Amino acid sequence: MNIITIEHIAKIYQVGSEEVHALADVSLKIDKGEYVAIMGPSGSGKSTLMNILGCLDTPTKGIYNFNGVNVSEMNDNELAKIRNKEIGFVFQTFNLLPRSDALHNVELPLIYAGVSSAERKERAKEALAHVGLADRMHHKPNELSGGQRQRVAIARALVTRPSIILADEPTGNLDTKTGEDIMALFNEIYEQGNTIILVTHEEYIAEHAERILRIRDGLIEKDEIVKERFIPKKNGASKI
Amino acid sequence: MKNFLFELREGLLIAFRAIRANKVRSILTTLGIVIGVTSVVLMSTAIKGIDNAFQTGVSSLGSDNLYIDKWQWFNNDIPWWELRNRKNLTLEDYKKYKELAKLPLAVAPTVWNFNTVKFKDRVVEGLIIQGTTSDYIQTTNLSFSEGRFFNELESNGGRNVIVLGSEVAKKLFPIGYAVGQEVKIKGHKFRVVGVLAEQGSWVMGNFNPDKQVFLPIQNIFKYLQNENLRSITINVRAKNSQMVEATKEEAVGIMRRIRGLAYNQENDFSINQQEGLLNTINQTVGVIQIAGLFITGLSLFVGAIGIMNIMFVSVKERTKEIGIRKAIGAKRRAILGQFITESAVICLIGGLIGLVFAVILSLIINQFLPTSVQVDALILAIVISIATGVISGFAPAYTAAKLDPVEALRYE
Repeated sequence: MNIITIEHIAKIYQVGSEEVHALADVSLKIDKGEYVAIMGPSGSGKSTLMNILGCLDTPTKGIYNFNGVNVSEMNDNELAKIRNKEIGFVFQTFNLLPRSDALHNVELPLIYAGVSSAERKERAKEALAHVGLADRMHHKPNELSGGQRQRVAIARALVTRPSIILADEPTGNLDTKTGEDIMALFNEIYEQGNTIILVTHEEYIAEHAERILRIRDGLIEKDEIVKERFIPKKNGASKI
Repeated sequence: MKNFLFELREGLLIAFRAIRANKVRSILTTLGIVIGVTSVVLMSTAIKGIDNAFQTGVSSLGSDNLYIDKWQWFNNDIPWWELRNRKNLTLEDYKKYKELAKLPLAVAPTVWNFNTVKFKDRVVEGLIIQGTTSDYIQTTNLSFSEGRFFNELESNGGRNVIVLGSEVAKKLFPIGYAVGQEVKIKGHKFRVVGVLAEQGSWVMGNFNPDKQVFLPIQNIFKYLQNENLRSITINVRAKNSQMVEATKEEAVGIMRRIRGLAYNQENDFSINQQEGLLNTINQTVGVIQIAGLFITGLSLFVGAIGIMNIMFVSVKERTKEIGIRKAIGAKRRAILGQFITESAVICLIGGLIGLVFAVILSLIINQFLPTSVQVDALILAIVISIATGVISGFAPAYTAAKLDPVEALRYE
């Protein structure tokens, strides 16, 4: 079943008197349970595509069907609701709230979903335990390592049980070893049946996925299945 | 509703964190509100104090009293030269009125003279000497700290007796024991028969009985001034407040007869009442109130601008945070609420601190002007500070709520 169906979307920015086609004409389908990497050099339009896929932005043209709902013409609040319920974001720079501890950061999406305090705490603890941070719940981001911060961010993405996980260069700010641990965690999440869309410009990271979409100049250049998928070892790094 | 409460709680949490994170800034910003609320509360308290003082001053006149006078005291609808041209009221008029009037509880004439009272080397200058009769005391609520008022015999006989107001007595007889002593006015001796208890109202100025002395009315004419110099006032006390109107109507009828007015002639006297004074006072207090609250309101307004300014800075600084919250699913309303809550909390804290200051300062003011911070002023201050926060936080919060999540996330 298709979770994402995009038909001929374009995103055009007006810069001065010039029109910039960040996305020229993109159509794609993503199934439930897929692990897709979006690759492309900077300026290729992959960020724009990610913003649209993540319902942070709407396309200028075309139709975006998410879970059978047309989101391309939704207003701000409707999009916020979709983001809250259906999409879990993982960012390169983690984007945690610096003054809140790990638990509160993970609780945050549930607050906006209107979940009661007790249930919120319960689910947030569960999600943190899932990423191996059960003992770091009351640490603030600046008391955590980069890898741990990204785990908190992943826990925050998972806590609403979203339809897709959208990860934008999740290893970009981490050393190779920690990056591998994070990729192992994504693999685990994927194996549990979650849909993951991974945005990256690094080939070896993209090869963790089962399918790679290559973008260039606002068009999909190539849509390929990864023949030899890189499956990271679970090396117990979740304990760092 | 449920969502709203969660978001409110989250908003409060964020607000306290943000305030703690920027202590100095929060303190300085709050200071504006502290000063604003302090001045608004103090001003409204002071105005209440002034009003109370006026009201007690007026009520010392007695609400059941009428004053038949040549002059109209508080109303300016008759030109002053017309009032001046009226015939003086005389002791004869008083006597006839007293004879004819059935309704009053008591009737007494008064006439005043500016003069100096001496006791040995102590002098009180420029005080009002009231000439009246023994009935006067029944037209007032005055009480005595020493002695009594002059009696009918002394009054009718024009004896050289005097009753002192409390302030006058204090100046002439600092250690008391005034009764039986002789004071001098223009070289004439008067024996003190009584000292009034303190009335304590500063509002009436020299008309405050504390600052007056009382003589039998004949003595004024005999020693101090010609009988025709000033018109007398006839003080009339009605039996009770229900009888005031009837007494007044009767007085008008009798006075017209005494003064020999034809049916088509206007009254050539006025019947004054405390009510007229009350109206004047209420108008005055009203003006003070509007002016005072407007001026103090300005300081609150300046404080509000400070809050608005700092909230704009705060929104700018936390653009990234707003982006994160939006990405995670915060709706516009949630962001709007968050920043409005923050600004309201800052203002509320400022308001509460301001209240504490106001209460302390009002204790000091209380030394000069009997007053205290009322519960309604407390509630008003809290409501005002929250409202200030909400209003001044709205524009910054609205900018925050409107931010584009993509742009906001990119902000460093």
